[in-house]
Amino acid sequence: MDFEPSEEQQMLIDQVRRFVREEIIPLEAKLDPDASELEPADHKRLVEKTKAMGLFGIDIPKEYGGPDIDIVTRVLLAIEMAQHRAGLYVPCYGTFGGAGLAQIFEANDDQKERYLYPTLRGEKKTFFGLTEPSGGSDPARAIQTKAERKDNGWVLNGAKIFISNADRAQYGIVFARTDASKGRAGITCFIIDTDTPGFHVRRVVHTLRSSHYATELEFKDCWVSDHQVLGEVNKGFAVANDRLTRQRIPYAAGCIGVAIAAHEMAIEWAKMRSTFGEKLANRQAVQWMLVDNEIDIRTAKHFTLEAAEKARRGLPFRVEAGIAKLTASEGGGRVVDRSMQIHGGMGMTKDLPLERWYREMRIRRVGEGPSEVQRMVIAREILGSNLR
Amino acid sequence: MSMRLRLDKPWKPLTAEEAERLPGQLGIYQIADATGTVLYIGEAGARSPFGLRSELQSQLAERGAGCQFRVEVNQQYRSRWFELLMVHQHDHGALPPDNAKNPPPVLGRLSPA
Repeated sequence: MDFEPSEEQQMLIDQVRRFVREEIIPLEAKLDPDASELEPADHKRLVEKTKAMGLFGIDIPKEYGGPDIDIVTRVLLAIEMAQHRAGLYVPCYGTFGGAGLAQIFEANDDQKERYLYPTLRGEKKTFFGLTEPSGGSDPARAIQTKAERKDNGWVLNGAKIFISNADRAQYGIVFARTDASKGRAGITCFIIDTDTPGFHVRRVVHTLRSSHYATELEFKDCWVSDHQVLGEVNKGFAVANDRLTRQRIPYAAGCIGVAIAAHEMAIEWAKMRSTFGEKLANRQAVQWMLVDNEIDIRTAKHFTLEAAEKARRGLPFRVEAGIAKLTASEGGGRVVDRSMQIHGGMGMTKDLPLERWYREMRIRRVGEGPSEVQRMVIAREILGSNLR
Repeated sequence: MSMRLRLDKPWKPLTAEEAERLPGQLGIYQIADATGTVLYIGEAGARSPFGLRSELQSQLAERGAGCQFRVEVNQQYRSRWFELLMVHQHDHGALPPDNAKNPPPVLGRLSPA
């Protein structure tokens, strides 16, 4: 596979790179180092710019008004969008828009009117409610939130944890067990309005991401009608699994973007900084760290583009997405760590973005399926399905 | 095991001596009037030159004598600040008056048990 960007892709990459350097980074310099949001006026102004660039809503399918950019190109652009302080989790502060949750595109016509289109217009925000206090890596077994039939609908009882944006959303996609005897074939996906009686955002969960928090949710006799079932009853696991697999590719791209930014900072610093009368760049110990950075970045980029290319061609890409997520999150963490080491004391300070990337990159080895689960997925594939 | 949701340390008078004793660390703080009504919830972020100390010194310079304060050293100052604002909104139906004048761009809703 040839991953050299085409002329058109390179033009888009250059455009996004300029946007990050000329629009995002100067604004970011005035914000708190842990901030995740721009001033509303700045955000609005930059959204107008991305719309003028023809890149707003980049992940929205063409039939819903998206700019029709293939997934390989989106990965290349996502790598660029992440190259600033807040870029790992809030690339360009959301000024390129978002598609919301991919599952909503699978909704029926009534649900699309009520949820998808308002989301695409920016009128509604959403959350994804999968992980529970009983676990997140094995949703088929860990989901204990129950949905039971009542009055032509369903009553949900249970809890979710590590849920982003539930306190700010108008609705969310929530997975609940509708048949306790069927394992993964007993899970259903629901669309829950956050003003539904019985839906509660109980607390903030503070993490290494000081800029952004997760929440813990409680469902207490939360009744929803049959119209809120997304897809088919007892087929929600496939919806969750599909999302988790697809999400791994852009997730990997963000890690690569930050790794590149950290690496470039380390190179610049090594060329400038002297110790004992010699530039750091002339010291073998530093050179080897930079070489290892380069290898980690190139490896992750190769595997991520490979996964994207398979997805673009409509081929199975579950294993490739797992390898991409694994190499990018683990390699990205190593790159940021080495870059901090090269920077010495300065690398530990909030004057530079490295310490924020270090904290946030650590989460990436757990989020969207931990490294161990990715290895399990890959092992199943190479050893055969009898391990399932 | 979850963190304590509300800040319920005893109030201290906001004076130059008390502010001088504060650590130069990151964290959050509350300012109240003499009766203990919260007027403002603030954060000492990484751009504060001396963290909580310089934030409270600025508050004293701005407000003058007669206020009270309490602080919490917290590396997660930003998410903790959002949390305290949301909890206050839940408990009192509105933000503290001095936060309401310039609210954060987006604030969520909490309904603590």
